[in-house]
Amino acid sequence: MSRAPTFTPALAVRTVAAWLVTLILFFPLGWLVLTAFKTELQAISVPPLLFFEPTLENFREVQERSDYLLYARNSFVTSVASTLLGLALAAPAAYSMAFFKGPHTKDVLMWMLSTKMMPAVGALMPIYVLAQKSALLDTQLGLVIVFTLSNLPIMVWMLYSGYKDIPPEILEAARMDGATLWQEFRQVLLPLSLGGLASTGLLCLVLSWNEAFWSLTLSAAKAGTLAALIASYSSPEGLFWAKLSAASLMAIAPIVVFGWFSQKQLVQGLTFGAVK
Amino acid sequence: MNRFLPRALMAPAVVTLFLWMIVPLVMTLYFSVIRYNLMQPEATGFIGLENFEYFITDPSFSTSVVNTLLLLGSVILITVLMGTGIALLIDDPFPGRGLVRILLISPFFVMPTVNALLWKHMMMNPIYGVLAQVWMFFGAQPVDWLTDFPLLSVIIMVSWQWLPFATLIFITSLQSMDRDQLEASRMDGATYLQQLRYLYLPHLGRSVAVVVMIEMIFLLSVFAEIYTTTGGGPGDASTNMAFLIFKQALLNFDAGVASAGALFAVVLANIAAAFLIRMVGKNLDK
Repeated sequence: MSRAPTFTPALAVRTVAAWLVTLILFFPLGWLVLTAFKTELQAISVPPLLFFEPTLENFREVQERSDYLLYARNSFVTSVASTLLGLALAAPAAYSMAFFKGPHTKDVLMWMLSTKMMPAVGALMPIYVLAQKSALLDTQLGLVIVFTLSNLPIMVWMLYSGYKDIPPEILEAARMDGATLWQEFRQVLLPLSLGGLASTGLLCLVLSWNEAFWSLTLSAAKAGTLAALIASYSSPEGLFWAKLSAASLMAIAPIVVFGWFSQKQLVQGLTFGAVK
Repeated sequence: MNRFLPRALMAPAVVTLFLWMIVPLVMTLYFSVIRYNLMQPEATGFIGLENFEYFITDPSFSTSVVNTLLLLGSVILITVLMGTGIALLIDDPFPGRGLVRILLISPFFVMPTVNALLWKHMMMNPIYGVLAQVWMFFGAQPVDWLTDFPLLSVIIMVSWQWLPFATLIFITSLQSMDRDQLEASRMDGATYLQQLRYLYLPHLGRSVAVVVMIEMIFLLSVFAEIYTTTGGGPGDASTNMAFLIFKQALLNFDAGVASAGALFAVVLANIAAAFLIRMVGKNLDK
């Protein structure tokens, strides 16, 4: 990483190419940010405006029209709660699979993954009916349960591949030295698995924040998340792009900024131990 | 250590997941053989395989299977190929590499509904959209993306979302390449193409398996992008399996037919899973 680039024509070409690709791929998002600060007329001007006097009007109007803060709070509560609950369920399971490998551990893991492959829509009718019967429709608790369960297989997998890399000898050594189970967990295992827990939690947070299917079908005005709020802006006429952009920006900004800061950690865990 | 503890630790996750799978499955099985339309509560009773017959003979069915597979295959192909290219391009240091990395990963954190609306309106609108402007700048007739190429439009949106994921996994993988080996091969006069063929690409093998596995899980059930943009149309042109079932359930209110469809989705998912397990088993089981 410390190889300092010395200037060569090849480097110049590579730099230009890399930046060009990056700017093209980032463009839609950058455009969204710009549009959020335009007036509606500027937003649809032909040719598109790059320079203009920014306005904050859209943000004010979005909050007025649809109570952004309520949806944001729902998103925050459901994603944090489902992440914590998910970790509490997944971590012990992953630990047990990694350190007490039985003949069926592999099958259990594969089975877990296969439940995730079933499209959520396959379970829509039953889950909808169950949620309705148990009065969990359009509640934060209902969404937390569903988010947790639909992320659980991935969380177990990620944590498992993290634990798998910890040599069991370390734990055995601690046990030989007379560590109790709690000490073993607290002083040896936890510090070693903090990275895995962090990246798993991060991913779960991102997935829950962005989850759209269940929030669209199971929640409405009371427990609706930001993903569902944005979908309500999808009416066909579409001459209110500035407001749409402002609402979108408010919906994605928290998680994108969060993602920027945690991307290294996140990717480390996502490689499922396949990449060292 | 006794044998009780490991099982006790595993139980909560396994039991909840099992319930999460089996309860809906049994209910779906039950719904699929009865007459169950939310709009006609008086019509009930066992009707055998009628729902299945209805779902399969619906011309939308085969279209949706083909669309599901097309969507899955194209996005995986696009993200793996472009992801590899971009990762190789930014593997070595250059000015602003840190910022490039941040900008590149950003679309991955954008929620599907925002992604879809952003592309539908600001990019792909045939009059005011940025793409239309670019087309006009080059003197071409702007394309009405969502009407003329609905499935391709969805593929573009979903690829844009998943490309950063593939790229980042590949970058991380490339960073663990043996630099001495690369240096040695260069000393021995290997060209970049030879390095690519014999060093870089083989090294990426396992991370490709990871990318395919994760994307497959999420792409089999692409829903929000279709729901918020094309609504599956025009006709069934961009309807995938997930969306077709949704249409039966919440637009036609036919829970029976939707449940029959859901069982087909389960079968499709299991075929994909079997294929995946063979592939991943080979690549990850080291």
